[in-house]
Amino acid sequence: MPDTIPSAETVRDELIKAYPSKVGKKRAKHILVNDPAAPPEIEANVRTIPGIITQRGCCYAGCKGVVLGPIKDIVHIVHGPVGCSFYAWMSRRNQAATGDGVQNYINYAFTTDMQDEDIVFGGEKKLAQAVREAYQTFKPKAIDIFSTCPVGLIGDDVHAVARQMKEELGINVFGFSCEGYKGVSQSAGHHIANNGLFKNVVGEQDKVIDHPFTINILGEYNIGGDAFEIERILEKCGIKLVSTFSGNVKYDDIATSHNAKLNVVMCHRSINYMAEMMEKKFGIPWFKVNFIGADATAKSLRKIAQYFGDQALIAKVEAVIAEELDAIKAIRAEVSCRLAGKKAMLFVGGSRAHHYQDLFSDIGMETVTAGYEFAHRDDYESRRVIPSIKVDADSRNIEEIHVDPDPARYAPRKTAEEKAAMEKAGFAWSDYDGMMAQMKKGTLVIDDISHLEMEKLIAIYKPDIFCSGIKDKYVVEKMGVPCKQLHSYDYGGPYAGFKGAANFYREIDRMISKRIWKMIVPPWKKTAAPAV
Amino acid sequence: MLDMTPANSVERTALKINPAKTCQPVGAMYAALGVHGCLPHSHGSQGCCAYHRSHLTRHFKEPIMASTSSFTEGSSVFGGMANLQQAISTIFEMYDPEIIAVHTTCLSETIGDDIPTIIGKCQNEGKIPEGKVIVHANTPSYVGFHVTGYSNMVKGFVKYLAASTGRRSDAINLIPGWVEPSDMAELKRYIAAFNLPAIMLPDTSSVLDAPATGEHSFYPKGGTTVAQIRAMGDARHTLALGAWASEEAAIQLTKQCEVPHEVLDLPIGLAATDRFISAIAKLTGTAVPQLLEDERGRLVDVISDMHQYLGGKKVAIWGDPDQVIALTEFCRDMDMKPVHVMTGGNGQAFEERIKAILADSVPTANIKQQGDLFQMHQWIKQEKVDLMIGTTYGKFISRAEDIPLVRFGWPILDRVGHSYFPSVGYTGGLRLATQIISAIQERQDRDAPDHAFELVM
Repeated sequence: MPDTIPSAETVRDELIKAYPSKVGKKRAKHILVNDPAAPPEIEANVRTIPGIITQRGCCYAGCKGVVLGPIKDIVHIVHGPVGCSFYAWMSRRNQAATGDGVQNYINYAFTTDMQDEDIVFGGEKKLAQAVREAYQTFKPKAIDIFSTCPVGLIGDDVHAVARQMKEELGINVFGFSCEGYKGVSQSAGHHIANNGLFKNVVGEQDKVIDHPFTINILGEYNIGGDAFEIERILEKCGIKLVSTFSGNVKYDDIATSHNAKLNVVMCHRSINYMAEMMEKKFGIPWFKVNFIGADATAKSLRKIAQYFGDQALIAKVEAVIAEELDAIKAIRAEVSCRLAGKKAMLFVGGSRAHHYQDLFSDIGMETVTAGYEFAHRDDYESRRVIPSIKVDADSRNIEEIHVDPDPARYAPRKTAEEKAAMEKAGFAWSDYDGMMAQMKKGTLVIDDISHLEMEKLIAIYKPDIFCSGIKDKYVVEKMGVPCKQLHSYDYGGPYAGFKGAANFYREIDRMISKRIWKMIVPPWKKTAAPAV
Repeated sequence: MLDMTPANSVERTALKINPAKTCQPVGAMYAALGVHGCLPHSHGSQGCCAYHRSHLTRHFKEPIMASTSSFTEGSSVFGGMANLQQAISTIFEMYDPEIIAVHTTCLSETIGDDIPTIIGKCQNEGKIPEGKVIVHANTPSYVGFHVTGYSNMVKGFVKYLAASTGRRSDAINLIPGWVEPSDMAELKRYIAAFNLPAIMLPDTSSVLDAPATGEHSFYPKGGTTVAQIRAMGDARHTLALGAWASEEAAIQLTKQCEVPHEVLDLPIGLAATDRFISAIAKLTGTAVPQLLEDERGRLVDVISDMHQYLGGKKVAIWGDPDQVIALTEFCRDMDMKPVHVMTGGNGQAFEERIKAILADSVPTANIKQQGDLFQMHQWIKQEKVDLMIGTTYGKFISRAEDIPLVRFGWPILDRVGHSYFPSVGYTGGLRLATQIISAIQERQDRDAPDHAFELVM
């Protein structure tokens, strides 16, 4: 970091000034100086200006790539030209455990590979035949279908095909209208995925789960094995995981998930719809957790124990936390001693740019600026602002499912009185305070950062580490700054839970202390160093 | 690994499983990165641009700069003209490229956006600064495959820019095919060895192998310049390497500027490189430089010396047609047996060509265009091979069947080296041959019982 950094206000002005005035005016609403006590209103989840080099992807990527893709025993057929299926094939690193006769299609990609005649004459017949061929070859539990851009334009009815094939084959077949152009980013696809999973899978299998502490984890996709580490910790605590949405899960897990007693939400952006819908239909309460960061993990576990209110569980969770924190104490102290006070920037996703601030704070590192790629205002300012969010034309077309309590199966896990009493005692339900409440006063918060802003920020702040994704990775590193990919973890991980936290401390330490950073400038170009 | 794949193939007419190709726009983006000061622009949904940039980045471990029209549902209904116009203004003001290379996507093609009209409108409205250029290529994702997109974009540059002044130059045009930056640099070295002036389009060397300097150069120093592309119309000859990737642009130059052209195989392996060198020698009328003959001799020497590890070894090869054709011939010339040969791309000519190459050595080989890796895996289950040569996506089959894999082609997502060390030419052939030999030797070592674990091989 340079000795003197201009104020956040100055940096903000400089970023905006770099744009043509019309564009700058729009961007100004996305670039704010934070005040955690009174988060300013940020513009989010709106269109990216065409031509701007953005991090964002499309609706299909959010639906198939993020939410549905990790389910291991469903055959995911992408209806469209080949590219969409090809690029979402294992590129997100959702790991899935095999064995026990579980069908595993994680390493497969299925597509109708639409050709021009399909575009001209329609692709429904080909899609139906593709579903048939998938069934004949694999006999999977279920098949789902994802629509890509041209599918919506030519009017293929994937839902009709799904219904027809469900009847013909006798397995669950369901479709998603997640054409890439819908919404303004991956975010629309998350919502569409939530709706489809809720309508077609959740609640399909009633099952009595004989365990006092059953939960689902929503919004954990098992990148680099994160879910494995969380599963390990929960098991050690004696908490029974019914289903994760959707890392390392099977179709049956999700189909029985409504039998759990609690939903906890990791990635608020991608899955909060599901938590809300499951509460309304089945009476399962939810709250936000974060298993990224050792302290955050401990806090989340305590809250889960507190929810169940069982003294033995509370004691067990405390014992596990003590043991696990103790095991990583040495590495945390060692790394903190080198990295405390160093500065991080995080621009990624719809949750990670917030979650990972906890990991950095474990080792005394500070977040100077951060922002999301595709979040909404509530992810910045807290869920309290949801009623005041304006729904624009791009979001209006994304279906909001009206959910009523299930006549037979609605069973509130906590009565209204119990919930109110706990709330009074400080227990937050259906909560998410957002990124801004946690970030310091005077830090910069930037939504949907552009390439131009990223380069300028790096030049101004010279951060010790920048966290982003693959498209930014080598730009940032060409500038001599380490860049940690927080989508793919640079093919490492896990970083969740306690063991994951230790992995992350070591990894950040390695990246920042790399000797090669000091060798970029050849010796003959270096000015003579002053004698020591 | 890949436990769900049965050995027996069932006829599939609609479902592609584990594709061995992707769609056109990524090829257009790659080609455009080989033009100096060029910003590739994807006219479609944001996801297309994001996916293509991501995958090219994974292959090259380099920044891939490209922009998008960021279509929304509204633009999909009303057409993408407003988005492209806005994009063009934004790009010139913010990123100041010399040239924007627009390619379409399945979305904008299905809507039917007319790109030349939109560019013309921008021109009329003064949105294109003096001296700056916009070109385009139609790259519908539902036609052809990624190499088609590369071919269409290269042709697009020629179409918009190449012009004949009426004076023929001494230079030749070289269309290098979809090869690595390292290969492009190597091809230039070969031409330079003959003192032959040449314009190569595109040229990703010194673009996608940029050095670490502490700064990010938005437009790296390499790439064919707009002036050079213009001058291609005056060249005396065009050499197009690889029919799938390069022939269209060469034909366009002939049509547009009467530059005669000839199409050669990619100079991968001994025989194909011999044909390439002979073609250059014919053009210059000079003898082949000694240094190239020496390089050739080294390749022959190594193949001969190590023949015991090569002769009779069964090999499965897949990838893009131009690459696979040259590679199959190379393997045959080393007396390997290519028993399964496949491309995800399309073209009956591929099957005919491979059949001809293998006619006397492996007449029963499985040969397929528009295949997929699921099919390839089933073939391998039915007839086991000693070695697989193909992209990173083969690593799952390699693990499932315990067969060594030499990574070759696009994309390679899990190793480095391909963008720095060539595989074209004799020295490139030497690199490929040593990779193949090493893979087979490693396997022999791994499987050898203690008493037969050799010191000298």
